[in-house]
Amino acid sequence: MSVPFFVFFACAVLAIAGALVLIVSREPIHSALALVLVMISLAILYLLLGAPFIAAVQIIVYAGAIMVLFVFVIMLLNAGVEERTNWSKLAKYAGLPLALFLLLEIAHWLFRAPVGAAIANGVGAPGPAASTTELSLELFQQYLFPFEATSILILIAILGALVLARKEE
Amino acid sequence: MSVVPISWYLVLSAILFGLGVIAFVFKRNIITIFMSIELMLNAVNLAFVAFARARNQLDGLVFVFFVIVVAAAEAAVGLAIVIMLARNRESLNVERINLLKF
Repeated sequence: MSVPFFVFFACAVLAIAGALVLIVSREPIHSALALVLVMISLAILYLLLGAPFIAAVQIIVYAGAIMVLFVFVIMLLNAGVEERTNWSKLAKYAGLPLALFLLLEIAHWLFRAPVGAAIANGVGAPGPAASTTELSLELFQQYLFPFEATSILILIAILGALVLARKEE
Repeated sequence: MSVVPISWYLVLSAILFGLGVIAFVFKRNIITIFMSIELMLNAVNLAFVAFARARNQLDGLVFVFFVIVVAAAEAAVGLAIVIMLARNRESLNVERINLLKF
């Protein structure tokens, strides 16, 4: 078994384990740390897929900024152990089997999808890794207007967060 | 050195998305529900990067960039709403936030 396969399986197992811990754990802070684990293993998978810029952004923005925000809010609100509530009968007997069925169905069709089969058979194998230069040219030429629009979006989000979280006089 | 098939990445993405949906439905703490939304966004990002690699085009990576930016904005506003709710209701349990419930 070659190195990329080993790295893929290690990261996949870590990501799925992190997601399971997110579901199972009762303390929000444990869930947050499990989510950081998922994000870091996804960043390694992005490196494996030849997208180093996206991997760096994933670590800086997701695992860094967003998760620090989450941990900050958990600490600020002193969020303790989650209360356990009873599931409704509908969720237990209809929702859970249907969710599992949907999961299996998605996995089945992804395995049968032409793009996956083509890559698996060695037809249309991916080219060299996407360089950050090409990505930035694409971003600042073809996608310049959406890029500028996101700056306005972030400005509005900052204002909204300030207004919402302000203490009432 | 052989390449990992793209369909494996897509299956991992589907599994992570499914786990995110399960967490979204079953968690009762509003902060953890937000975290499961982030998990679903991450799963979709993985599928975007895998497709960009398979088709050898950069548009998928640009999309991931925008998804990350929007997720950051969403997290900022959402957590501000969580702080406001916690201040007004003094609880993070979503079953206590039932003013609009029929």
